[in-house]
Amino acid sequence: MTTTTAPAVIQRPGFGHTMIAEWTKIRSVRSTVWSLILLVVLDLGFTALFTALTVAQWDRTGATERAALIADPTSVILGGGLQLSQLTVCVLGVIVVASEYSSGMIRASLLAVPRRIPVLAAKSVVFGLLIFVLGTAVSFASFFLGAPILHSRAPVSLGDPGVLRAVIGGGLYLTMLGLFALAVGAIVRHVAAGITVVIGLVLVLAPLAQLLPGTLGKHVHAYLPSEAGRLIGQTVQRPDDLLSPWQGYAVFGAWTAVLLIVAGMLLTRRDA
Amino acid sequence: MIEARGLTKRYGDKLAVDDLSFTVERGKVTGFLGPNGAGKSTTMRLILGLDRPNSGDATIDGKHYRDLAAPLRVVGALLEARATHPGRTAYNHLLFLAQTQGLDRKRVDEVIDLVGLHEVARKRSGGFSLGMGQRLGIAAALLGNPSVLVLDEPVNGLDPEGVVWIRNLMKHLAGEGRTVFVSSHLMNEMAVTADHLIVIGRGKLVADCSTEEFIERSTEQTVVVHSPDAAKLAEVIAADGGTATPDGDDGMMTVAGMAARRVGELAARDGLVLYELTTKRGSLEQAFMELTRDSVEYGNTSVPQPQVGA
Repeated sequence: MTTTTAPAVIQRPGFGHTMIAEWTKIRSVRSTVWSLILLVVLDLGFTALFTALTVAQWDRTGATERAALIADPTSVILGGGLQLSQLTVCVLGVIVVASEYSSGMIRASLLAVPRRIPVLAAKSVVFGLLIFVLGTAVSFASFFLGAPILHSRAPVSLGDPGVLRAVIGGGLYLTMLGLFALAVGAIVRHVAAGITVVIGLVLVLAPLAQLLPGTLGKHVHAYLPSEAGRLIGQTVQRPDDLLSPWQGYAVFGAWTAVLLIVAGMLLTRRDA
Repeated sequence: MIEARGLTKRYGDKLAVDDLSFTVERGKVTGFLGPNGAGKSTTMRLILGLDRPNSGDATIDGKHYRDLAAPLRVVGALLEARATHPGRTAYNHLLFLAQTQGLDRKRVDEVIDLVGLHEVARKRSGGFSLGMGQRLGIAAALLGNPSVLVLDEPVNGLDPEGVVWIRNLMKHLAGEGRTVFVSSHLMNEMAVTADHLIVIGRGKLVADCSTEEFIERSTEQTVVVHSPDAAKLAEVIAADGGTATPDGDDGMMTVAGMAARRVGELAARDGLVLYELTTKRGSLEQAFMELTRDSVEYGNTSVPQPQVGA
């Protein structure tokens, strides 16, 4: 027998190795790059558009609406861009997992890491970090782009109460949304179906819940994942908000954690 | 060494692998042979921990695949189904695999050269031909310099040059003392590659023996005889325990159950003239088809005959 087959003591590669590998996977496909470019372009483009329109329409805006804008200009600055750019995060979150199933990559991934859970964990950490870094950067960029445009009507600075938290909150919201989408992608294992589910939960369910009668509708709506999560991007808790910004974010986090645990359990049980 | 003990896998109502037990030894190329749908790929997926058996067990050097510390450094696998993202380059595919095992980048370049993909390594694998895709799969299998190789239909889609390359590669790897377990549905391919054969049909073990023994056992010998005294000779052969079947009426016969040598002796004893006396072996492919006929999932036997004029 040659040296190549002599039994050697092989150290089990650690979680760090799995994370580096997941980073290689994420950065080496074009869908990631395009989605992230789209995220930046949509976010900044719509921030500029919304703030400019707000200023242009100021004379035709009612007194109560003006008051709301002056009380929380940050929501106007961040909200418009976030509302659209979040879709790219939903899509990318599903794609990073589900495309492994559509392409057959998952077999290579699981042969390399047969305990499976580290694959999902490493993917979540790497993707979460990526979206947090980029999402926060875009959130700051969006603020510094929108604030000067809005300045003549509703001045705001990063030092105002709650503003810094709200701007970082934009990044935090996108991060949790990305992980939420990733978990759905891992459960559904199908790109188109996964995107449909996530977009449905984020965009369709919220207005639907508001149609429910009375306080029931209000409560259901408040505890929906994306609705609760969105509160972190507001500087002030509005009188009709049932949850504080951090409470809302915790609710979103709980939804995401449950989905990730389900995804992990299914990953170890299902045939690949 | 790979050991399967009572492996059973059911998909819904369908029993894909049925109480399969065998051992694949190191230092040999072991062919895993069976018609399409016999359960070869499923068995390999069970060995590799991708699918979970309903009962039974498969181990590699005594361990479950799941428990291997750095699996790609112990087992290299080529699966029949594609396992690459079409948008990722061959280099990046191998790089991520290397990173999961804590392997050096240099090893990626080495295997790329080894399988001859240097020219296209930086191209996205979606544009690869079937043969290039197979070479990438082989590169992935060899990446960790594993002592066990599990290859599912590796010659699929390869040109003749590629087929010879794989054949020699497998023999070379086995020669180094590695365990090489290779599936195929082509008997003739296995006859020239494998030292040992494990044959399955409908998920059940049909044969487990050396390739030589398999060929010996499964190909019946017959003797072709040409004689002007065919009728007389047939009687003599029958009296001695053989069976002679005439082929046409110009004195050609096929003799079964008797060696050519004995036919010649009988002819000489009775002074009968022989023009031709040839031993014939049945084709291996034929023997394989007969052996697995009962277990072929989609046989031709049940095709309804066209109704004429009814």
